Amino acid sequence: MSILIDTETRVLVQGITGREGAFHTKQMLVYGTKVVAGVTPGKGGERVEGVPVYNTVREAVEKEGVNTSIVFVPPRFAADAVIEAIDAGIRLVVCITEWIPIHEMLQVTAYARAKGTRLVGPNCPGLISPGKSLVGILPGSIFRPGPVGIVSRSGTLTYEVVNELSTRGIGQSTCVGIGGDPIIGTRFIDVLKLFEADPETEAVVMIGEIGGSDEEEAAEYIKSMTKPVVGFISGRTAPPGKRMGHAGAIISGKTGTAESKIEALAGAGVPVADTINQIADLIEERLPR
Amino acid sequence: MKFLEYQAKEIFAAAGIPTPRGKVAKSPGEARAIAEELGGKAVVKAQVPIGGRGKAGGVAVVADAGQAEKEAARILSMEIRGYPVHEVLVEPAADIQAEFYLGITVDRARQAPVLIVSSAGGMDIEEVAETQPEKVAKVWLDPLLGLLPYQVREACYRAQVPAELVKPMSALIEKVFRVFKEQDAILVEINPLALVGSGQLVALDGKMETDDNASFRHPDAKGVDEQAEHPLEQKAKELGLSYVKLDGEVGIVGNGAGLVMTTLDMIQRSGGRAANFLDIGGGAQAEVVRNGLSLILSDPAVKSILINVFGGITRCDEVAKGLLSVIQEMEVKVPIVVRLAGTRAKEGRELLAAADLGGVRLETAESFQEAARKAVELARG
Repeated sequence: MSILIDTETRVLVQGITGREGAFHTKQMLVYGTKVVAGVTPGKGGERVEGVPVYNTVREAVEKEGVNTSIVFVPPRFAADAVIEAIDAGIRLVVCITEWIPIHEMLQVTAYARAKGTRLVGPNCPGLISPGKSLVGILPGSIFRPGPVGIVSRSGTLTYEVVNELSTRGIGQSTCVGIGGDPIIGTRFIDVLKLFEADPETEAVVMIGEIGGSDEEEAAEYIKSMTKPVVGFISGRTAPPGKRMGHAGAIISGKTGTAESKIEALAGAGVPVADTINQIADLIEERLPR
Repeated sequence: MKFLEYQAKEIFAAAGIPTPRGKVAKSPGEARAIAEELGGKAVVKAQVPIGGRGKAGGVAVVADAGQAEKEAARILSMEIRGYPVHEVLVEPAADIQAEFYLGITVDRARQAPVLIVSSAGGMDIEEVAETQPEKVAKVWLDPLLGLLPYQVREACYRAQVPAELVKPMSALIEKVFRVFKEQDAILVEINPLALVGSGQLVALDGKMETDDNASFRHPDAKGVDEQAEHPLEQKAKELGLSYVKLDGEVGIVGNGAGLVMTTLDMIQRSGGRAANFLDIGGGAQAEVVRNGLSLILSDPAVKSILINVFGGITRCDEVAKGLLSVIQEMEVKVPIVVRLAGTRAKEGRELLAAADLGGVRLETAESFQEAARKAVELARG
């Protein structure tokens, strides 16, 4: 088992003929992901890495039996692309695109909720169930199958953590990058619930950062979880009022500080690591032998 | 993007929201002339993109033009919480009968716009919400439906807006919501919204912040870019780099916002302080590395540099090439610590080991912790 994606996942790439879309289509295929279709309006009939390209999502769904979409469409058109996927009945949409306007994301997240579609992202690296499927831009080579679920607002930092775990022989069930934007489709609490229900996941790493209050909300839920969770919060030394790379990584007034998040996690009995090595140490201690 | 009071008010006025007929002065003389035009009695207000200026002494009520000149001179020489005052807004003193609060912002946790109305205006709204919660109404709006008439009424009644003002207040709320939508705002705030002697509701103050991701829809917007205040931040923006100037002495280059934030945290754990945040992003090519490094080298506060890259999509050999081109072309006087891990890290390290570094001190580190420690030590000299 794993969460959200596995060997049954049949992927559509929206924006497949663009530079990023084409590059990552190749990476996903190399990893073994079933990339079965692409969409770029006006380029229907072409092929990218052997994958057939369609003009509309509906056509791709009808012809290729797609159940998951990954969006590489530029920010001005990305909200429309996500809604096209939702309307075509796709149940899981992963949006990699960064810089989508907030007002559009407010509408897209509300629409996805109303239609029962799971949206991951935007501004995220996607997700991977090692050995089964990669739907994202994560470097597949550093992952290995195993019992640890990972959920993170960051990309590269997550790779550091995964690399450390894999080097120690600790594999991962699924790793979900939920994205660095303030308005995202899937939040910590949503992924934690899935990991709690997944028989293959035995422990969870949650990598948060400054900004917003999703970590605090997640901490409340963790109190009721049976599986051990290890936390990490980046941006402890970040100044207030400044966006630290991610649009969502900003301390506004009293909200979004690292202290508040660390305190909430500690209150839920979650050990919060100070370093990346320590994350791996804490996970090692908590995994059943 | 944040808007100064007068910039926000210009947008409000264009949307039909009543504002006082003030003007902006850049010098005490200009302030005097405006006060004279207004008949002497006026308010002189510092224009800074931050709250709490009243408490800091950035607002003065003056009785005549001479006093306006004097107070403008004082305020224009101020720095309010790090923001030097370049402009003052001179407005006629209002005959205030009652003060309200009206705001719309994005609630991240609920993923929806929230309308906030209060019959206790002129104060910090969060404070009012704590001390007089019965006077504050919060109504969350469905992003797909927008602002509904019943929500406007409900907000007014719950906030204890006097019955005779519910109608004009409702009309104003709809105008503010239109501004919120049309400007791609993440905050529109009027505090205080005053009932003046003439019986009209007037926006005595104005605050607005818009979404930078939507700036393509507003090419002519005039606001303050709070992410590009420092000259180095402005330069970074021109180069398309994600950079924040900080107070320390260790220059930081990394890929990925989370990784760079963690690098800053590790520098502090090692007893040092970072001079900046710089994220060269995923898939960075040698040129981005070059631009980033030259920016950091131009910062006189930087005493050592830490390059911390985990190669996923980013290839470490590209990072090494960028670094080497900087070393060949620029005068590098500060020591550099490099930590490369992940995709093509070995190739990157080999490139560095084989290169002629001139007199540049370059050290490599295996782990995150070791790299931070070395960079802090080298910054101390």
